[in-house]
Amino acid sequence: MTTTQKSPPAAQPPSAAPNRVRAGLLDPWQLIRSLPDALRKLNPTTLWRNPVMFIVEIGSVFTTVLAIAHPTVFAWTIAIWLWLTVVFANLAEAVAEGRGKAQAETLRLAKKDTIARRLRNWTPGAAHLDEEAVPAPALRLGDVVVVEGGEIIPGDGDVIEGIASVDESAITGESAPVIRESGGDRSAVTGGTKVLSDRIVVRITQKPGESFIDRMIALVEGANRQKTPNEIALNILLAALTIIFLLAVATLQPLAIFAKAQTPAAPSTQALTPHGVTGIVLVSLLVCLIPTTIGALLSAIGIAGMDRLVQRNVLALSGRAVEAAGDVNTLLLDKTGTITLGNRQATEFTPVDGVDEKVLADAAQLSSLADETPEGRSVVVHAKERYGLRERQIQCADWVPFTAQTRMSGVDLCAPGDVRQIRKGASSAVLKWVRDHGGHTSDHVATVVDGVSASGGTPLVVAEKRAGEPARALGVIDLKDVVKVGMRERFDAMRRLGIRSVMITGDNPLTARAIAAEAGVDDYLAEAKPEDKMDLIKKEQEGGKLVAMTGDGTNDAPALAQADVGVAMNTGTSAAKEAGNMVDLDSDPTKLIEIVQIGKQLLITRGALTTFSIANDIAKYFAIIPAMFVAVYPGLDRLNIMRLHSPASAILSAVIFNAIIIVALIPLALRGVRYAPGSAAAMLRRNLLVYGVGGIIAPFVGIKVIDLVVQYLPGL
Amino acid sequence: MSTAGAGALFIASLAVALAVAYRPVGDYLYRVFTSRRHWRVERVIYRLVGVNPDGEQTWRMYARGVLAFSAVSVLALYALQRLQNHLWLSLGRPAVRPDQAWNTAASFVTNTNWQSYSGETAMGHLVQMAGLAVQNFASAAVGIAVAVALVRGFARSRTTEVGNFWVDLVRTCLRILLPVAVVGALVLISAGVVQSLSAGRDAHTLAGAAQHIPGGPVASQEIIKEFGTNGGGFYNANSAHPFENPTGWTNWIQVFLLLVIAFSLPRTFGRMVGDRRQGLAIAIIMAVLAVGSVVAVNAFQLAHQGTVPQAVGAATEGTEVRFGVPQSATFAAATTLTSTGAVDSMHDSYTALGGAGLTANMMLGEIAPGGTGSGLYGILVLAVITVFVAGLMVGRTPEYLSKKLSAREIKFASLYFLTTPALVLVGTAAAMSLTSARASMLNAGPHGLSEVLYAYTSAANNNGSAFAGLNANTTWYNTTLGAVMLLGRFAPMVFVLGLAGSLAAQRPVPASAGTLKTYQPLFVGMVVGIVLIAIALTYLPALALGPLAEGL
Repeated sequence: MTTTQKSPPAAQPPSAAPNRVRAGLLDPWQLIRSLPDALRKLNPTTLWRNPVMFIVEIGSVFTTVLAIAHPTVFAWTIAIWLWLTVVFANLAEAVAEGRGKAQAETLRLAKKDTIARRLRNWTPGAAHLDEEAVPAPALRLGDVVVVEGGEIIPGDGDVIEGIASVDESAITGESAPVIRESGGDRSAVTGGTKVLSDRIVVRITQKPGESFIDRMIALVEGANRQKTPNEIALNILLAALTIIFLLAVATLQPLAIFAKAQTPAAPSTQALTPHGVTGIVLVSLLVCLIPTTIGALLSAIGIAGMDRLVQRNVLALSGRAVEAAGDVNTLLLDKTGTITLGNRQATEFTPVDGVDEKVLADAAQLSSLADETPEGRSVVVHAKERYGLRERQIQCADWVPFTAQTRMSGVDLCAPGDVRQIRKGASSAVLKWVRDHGGHTSDHVATVVDGVSASGGTPLVVAEKRAGEPARALGVIDLKDVVKVGMRERFDAMRRLGIRSVMITGDNPLTARAIAAEAGVDDYLAEAKPEDKMDLIKKEQEGGKLVAMTGDGTNDAPALAQADVGVAMNTGTSAAKEAGNMVDLDSDPTKLIEIVQIGKQLLITRGALTTFSIANDIAKYFAIIPAMFVAVYPGLDRLNIMRLHSPASAILSAVIFNAIIIVALIPLALRGVRYAPGSAAAMLRRNLLVYGVGGIIAPFVGIKVIDLVVQYLPGL
Repeated sequence: MSTAGAGALFIASLAVALAVAYRPVGDYLYRVFTSRRHWRVERVIYRLVGVNPDGEQTWRMYARGVLAFSAVSVLALYALQRLQNHLWLSLGRPAVRPDQAWNTAASFVTNTNWQSYSGETAMGHLVQMAGLAVQNFASAAVGIAVAVALVRGFARSRTTEVGNFWVDLVRTCLRILLPVAVVGALVLISAGVVQSLSAGRDAHTLAGAAQHIPGGPVASQEIIKEFGTNGGGFYNANSAHPFENPTGWTNWIQVFLLLVIAFSLPRTFGRMVGDRRQGLAIAIIMAVLAVGSVVAVNAFQLAHQGTVPQAVGAATEGTEVRFGVPQSATFAAATTLTSTGAVDSMHDSYTALGGAGLTANMMLGEIAPGGTGSGLYGILVLAVITVFVAGLMVGRTPEYLSKKLSAREIKFASLYFLTTPALVLVGTAAAMSLTSARASMLNAGPHGLSEVLYAYTSAANNNGSAFAGLNANTTWYNTTLGAVMLLGRFAPMVFVLGLAGSLAAQRPVPASAGTLKTYQPLFVGMVVGIVLIAIALTYLPALALGPLAEGL
């Protein structure tokens, strides 16, 4: 299959198993910088999209009106803190968006207005080209432009003629230039990137205003962010909870009026009068009960999740894809570049029929000196490192290049009176050469060759023929696919999360099995053709599984589109980038594993903060209910287990806690909760303990501490 | 034996009996609902009604069946009461007043059995036998049918069909309820429960006063009253009446009967979804909540402060001497934990916190173990909500029994979860705002408020027990409680069936190491926690002004 033939960017060392997904810490200045945005978001025409906070805003307006009508310290303090609650919620979203905005600014710089050199009536190989200058935004789908060294590529497209080195740092941040050439899988170019040398002809594949950079800007800014399925479901639940609490608070009024009427001797308080619970206290109770914490942070969590991907140079084209990444059951990974380093390397020389090891090494190195393929270079290097053989200058040599017909390469060395022919290549081809040149082949060679194949390596047989002697086989080179460091640990971690990894390779089943065993993947698909990949995805999905894969070639496009999470490499073709729902700007296929972790972390953060938010309510009841009714039913003072100073201070403390907890949790919402891969039960137990039990206890402590301060507020 | 010791033995023996029954009863129910064979008598019924017993229904058709059947039931029962003076066996009693007839019809069709009438003076034998007793079977069967439809939703995949309502209904009546009712009635008769068509006898007491002792077909109604978690007594005194519940051991049998189906249905559920551990986990969730509640109510009744309890050693007021305080407390907890509502003691006389416990039992939404069928679907909906909230914390889109919980499922679950609290709170608040409705309270202060709160809680959760101390036979209460009972029964059923349809249509997600294990103790603890927190958060303000204000 074609996709495995490409070598990955050399600059990607196998990252040292990042078991924890993290993002940058929150800079306090970010909060202050985002304040204007947060205030702008108070506009009810936009805030209504967040029903929980919209209710808080209505409550804030209501309490402000009441405070103006009957100004007391208590009323005004409550009103101010209710407004702060809404502002804090907006702040969370603004900060999350602010990070994306900075990223978008950088991208906008790349989107300079360039003048394109459009070619009219271009045909392949045409001698005379009719060229005109048009502004880049005027380019249409299908236009053909020419770009030369030093010029900016005016739009996304595919190279249809020529080869050039391109600086893509504007979008990837990677300064090393990349090669783009017509045909094959490295033909896609992105508008805004710069051609460094040579000349290419590009066919534009974007519509005006829909370039890759345009889409990236929209994405990181969250311009048309849509709620993900899981977010929608959570919103429904939060709305239901809000309605229940609205009912619980609203229906309290007639009960309170009755209670007050039954005990006429009890004095009226700031909380309870003969007309029932005062408006300010009712609103306070409502705001404390409805799930404001998660309501305030929900969209920030989503934006921050996308942002965490962007920081890793992955662009998710939809939030849905990020969420799906957390649910993935099966990872399809191309062997080359993902699991193995990408180049086969010589790891062992095995001599046969009593040949000296050194002789074999020498012959192997000589035959490879002119071989510029990575495999050939690795033979030279192995001989040097293992046997101390230096590269030498050869006086007279006739290099025999590799061809698909001969399936071997080699050299004819001409010394005075002697011609030494050395050949290295596929065992069948070389052994045939030996027989054709008077030699005979022993069983020993066949045994070694089979052994190498069985262990997952590629055997190359080395043979020589000296003048006047029959040809003979010297030994076998073991070319191995070297598995990247740390892959086994990563796959083990995935397995604990219930994710099955499947290696896709064009190798024969024998080799594939050996490499799969060494890397620790669960399964492999050998001799895979692009349509096999598609079939495998469909089969997995048929069983209800979600599949993630990476790909770059045009023939990967259908599979990328079919997969639930399709990560296209930025080096790939535009077809692949169109088909996938994520693009990895670094073109590092191993990143799929990180993407899955980020998706999981996003879901965990949502669940943890929802649990925390609901658990918080218990303490607030213990603060507010006795405060409201202790005047009529003194026995309810037993519920005041925090021993709060006064009813007014108790209610105020609960409201203040409710507002402050939002700000306190913004960093957590942006960063995501700590995530270490483990079994579902272990993760659940930990998160339940921290966010469930912690969520019950934290507000008891917090409200008490706030009360210790608030009680000294004059006039309360 | 000490009072507390006898109470403990009563509870322990019930627990053992229920644990023993769990497997055989659950397995029997499983066979009833998965069998492909129809009994001959069933075929006759299907032919008479005109349904194809081998055809299945979508959730919408199933729901239409439930609603249509129940609507016809309400009309029939209403008509029977209104016309009873023209029919046989009326014992000369007049037609029931329209508001009361409406209330009673709604009450018995919804498995609530709230009684604003007094059986021995208002209803003739025909209404009792052909109306009320019939609904005791039918309403219980409807509840089980809906629960089974929901379980099919979990068990099936990629189908629009959730079963056949008519088959589920008929089989529940014929294969489960009737056989037990026949045998059980004979057992009760042997213990002294009356069973006749006589209007009763007149006797002269030793003091020379004339006394009318009413008779009637009591045992046949008593048995299904408990077994179908109905709770509507033949007599006004319900199971406190010696003709309904003569001795200590019939008391035990009644508690056992009202718990046994609801506690065994989780086994059926586990069998149907192909994983018995899932069923056991649900049963344990129910048991934890139930044991907690029974122990708490007993503790409050035996130890709570108050003049009478401190003088006598326990809260004996309103209890029958032949049962004793703990056995009455256990009966009261069991009847409020299931949607039965039968009583063998007067809940109004319970200590403030004991009464709060009974109210809270109903507020749980009748899930521990709840009514026949309704308990299972209630707890499954709560399990769905728990999985959704806590399940996110394992880093996957929440799944329960290999079904994804997405917006559609959460919509149905949330609506279900919203309905009952809305009815309770709005109903109570409305009654408390009306002078006329407040006039029905026989007590002032927080206790009076508890009476109203209890009434709407009982109606909305289809329990049917009364706190007494509230004159509910007024046009206001008859009408509103009737409406609350119907909404509290059928709106949730429609949402449950919607959930079933939505689950059945899904493709199952294969379980993996990353899946939340919904049969482990951690999950059991989570559901219990979520249930308690959700109920506390919803009802604490109202409880604070009623029983808590009184008891603290």
